Amino acid sequence: MVNKKAFGRLKGREAMVFGIIVAMVILFSILSPTFRTYPTLVSVLDNSYYITLMVLGVTFPLITGGVDLSIGTGLVSYALIGGYLIVQKGMPVGVGILACVGMGILIGILNGVLVAVMDLPPFLATLCTCMITRGLGPALCGGFGVSWPSSLSEAGKFRNIFKFISGGGTVVPIGIVLMLVLVLIMSFVLEHTRVGRYTIAIGSNKEATKLAGVNVKFYHILAYVISGLFAGLAGVAYAATYATIYPGSGAGFELDAIGGAIVGGVSASGGVGTIVGAFLGVIVICLMKVGLPFIGLQANWQQIFTGIVLIAAVLIDVVKKKK
Amino acid sequence: MGDIILTMKDIDKSFPGVHALDHVDLEIRKGEVLALMGENGAGKSTLMKVLTGIYKKDSGVITYEGKEVEFKNTREAQDAGIIIVHQELNMLGHLSVAQNLFIGREFKKGIRIDDKKMNEEAKKLFDRLNVDIDPAETMSNLTVGKQQMCEIAKAVSFDAKVIIFDEPSAALTESEIEEMFKIIRDLKKRDIAMVYISHRMDEIKVITDRVTVMRDGTYVGTLITKESTKEDIINMMVGRVIYEDPKTQSAVAKDAPVVLKVDHLKAGKMVQDVSFELRKGEILGFSGLMGAGRTETARALFGADPKESGDIYVNGKKVVINSPQDAVNCGIGYLSEDRKRYGIVVQKTVAENTTMASLKDFMKGIFIDKKKEKEVADKYVKALATKTPDVDQLVVNLSGGNQQKVVIAKWLTRDCDILIFDEPTRGIDVGAKNEIYKLMNRLVAEGKSIIMISSEMTEILRMSDRVVVMCEGKKTGELDISEAKQENIMNLATREIE
Repeated sequence: MVNKKAFGRLKGREAMVFGIIVAMVILFSILSPTFRTYPTLVSVLDNSYYITLMVLGVTFPLITGGVDLSIGTGLVSYALIGGYLIVQKGMPVGVGILACVGMGILIGILNGVLVAVMDLPPFLATLCTCMITRGLGPALCGGFGVSWPSSLSEAGKFRNIFKFISGGGTVVPIGIVLMLVLVLIMSFVLEHTRVGRYTIAIGSNKEATKLAGVNVKFYHILAYVISGLFAGLAGVAYAATYATIYPGSGAGFELDAIGGAIVGGVSASGGVGTIVGAFLGVIVICLMKVGLPFIGLQANWQQIFTGIVLIAAVLIDVVKKKK
Repeated sequence: MGDIILTMKDIDKSFPGVHALDHVDLEIRKGEVLALMGENGAGKSTLMKVLTGIYKKDSGVITYEGKEVEFKNTREAQDAGIIIVHQELNMLGHLSVAQNLFIGREFKKGIRIDDKKMNEEAKKLFDRLNVDIDPAETMSNLTVGKQQMCEIAKAVSFDAKVIIFDEPSAALTESEIEEMFKIIRDLKKRDIAMVYISHRMDEIKVITDRVTVMRDGTYVGTLITKESTKEDIINMMVGRVIYEDPKTQSAVAKDAPVVLKVDHLKAGKMVQDVSFELRKGEILGFSGLMGAGRTETARALFGADPKESGDIYVNGKKVVINSPQDAVNCGIGYLSEDRKRYGIVVQKTVAENTTMASLKDFMKGIFIDKKKEKEVADKYVKALATKTPDVDQLVVNLSGGNQQKVVIAKWLTRDCDILIFDEPTRGIDVGAKNEIYKLMNRLVAEGKSIIMISSEMTEILRMSDRVVVMCEGKKTGELDISEAKQENIMNLATREIE
């Protein structure tokens, strides 16, 4: 990478988070024999796709110093609408996918305009769109749950992009390869293109960026559009991974992604963060989600531990800043 | 001296209630450094903001390279080659030096930003200016001095023909200033015209060719630096304006008890070893230019900022003040220069603001005694002649002068005998000003003691019994009001510091 020095501090953070992942895997494997089996690995990955997609997008608003709370309820809502078009209206799967992603982009534009043009605080603006998207899906689809076509049917083939089932019945989680490719692409966007550079610049000093003649409003909106686009993609991944999408669910999904990004070193006050770090942070969150039940801790404990890990992650940043 | 590159003629600019620029002239030549001097509020910054399109002038003509111009924003001025290096740096701390230099005009290879080329170009630029900065270093890791160099380098990289330095040395060390002067001398050789705004007389003598002086929004005159003395410049800055009824002698007895003694107070760069005494019934004026460290001294004394060392005695007893709460318990009240941020809660009523600092005395069990609160607030509204329909009025609806009175009432309710007024009449109109002055005089007559920080010479000379003068974090002098004149105060306020 060209800016070794500029981003030097973060490399240490990523190594640390990677170390935590390794430590967690070893710990869970020792404590639970069933954890170190192939189906568990597949389950961890299955559970990580939609969160990973969310984090690839939400990292952008986070780095501008904002946040996007609408992605969790949003992704469920978009998946509902897409599924409704396919199942109830008999449209091709492709249209459902496009609708899902398109809705995400639309809400992203709305968020961006509210924040960058109307000057609403990001927390407030996206909290409102979070509520809107929560009701939007069920409202448009009659309030019923929707199941996208199963992978056994011809129309459900799109699910194979995440999970390839071989002739012998072995599941190959090829989704992870797709995720890694997306991580690399978004990493490039953040660190080597104008979009990314101005995203960091806005989070660092919005006024100075404006004075430099940058079209701050456009790039600020764009950050939210990227977040919305990936919420749409996360909707597709969610529909591909889970059998049924229930209306009104999805609240709190965004916290897994935002929490993961912060564990991975993205600063909640803006200007700092990498895609690789955010991705690794999400893996930590997913490991806790799936791994803690294996060592006998209920799902509730996962929430408590996630909270504690987040406090630790933020504290590290605070202490570092004081030095 | 080179040809004239830029002239501003008959520039006029008014803000509501203020005639900021009154037909001002300015002329800059190629390859010269022109000092722009004047007291706080003389209109220097306003003039430069008009030039670079931040403010729109009401009338007057700006001629640049032989053509009349009017820039709509800093970007247009920048493109024409006129660039301001601001006092507060416009940097992006999270990006690298090179990324900062070329923000908004990155080099690209396809869609990829070519950071390598940007680093190379930055390196070339720094080499040309003889500055040693690593272009790949993160901006926030640089010292303020180096960051300043980057700003200057950025200006040069825009192909600047006119560079305006707005108090560039305020945050720099001696050696950093020397380094900056080297660059300025180099830029002179390349025929770049520069305007240098500064209060530091020693720098003006060293680096500038001519000095243009402004006073109260008007153009006073221009001197050749080499042919003039510090006294010449100061005389032009203060002028022969007769200020209204200055105090001629102290109203405080020589043997009045010392209520506050500050001994060798130190708190960072802005408060270096400050000592003074405040007597009962005295108004002690703190004079100095912007950034002299007066507010910082008050904040350190009040416990709002941490101090490194120094002792404080109240009524002869040594006290420990580590927080505003400690200070208030010692009977010290602070009226901030920034009323809205630190002084009052605008969305609360007059009564609620009045009792804010002493709520404990207004409790009936766990409830606030609204009746008592109202009585006390009423008492002070009458005593201070605060103009408000009633004490249930929200403070936000009051005028600046009356808001200030509410703050005073707050500290009086708390029984504070020592009051620190930081710019007590800033943003207050003339009539209300006089009322605040009368009130201050009444307070000291009643045995309170006041420290008054003011950037207005009129105010200092009219109100103070004694004047402490500060410059760059140090106390440079103390004058009894009988010997205080604007000339000697100004002299102390601009004293060169070895």
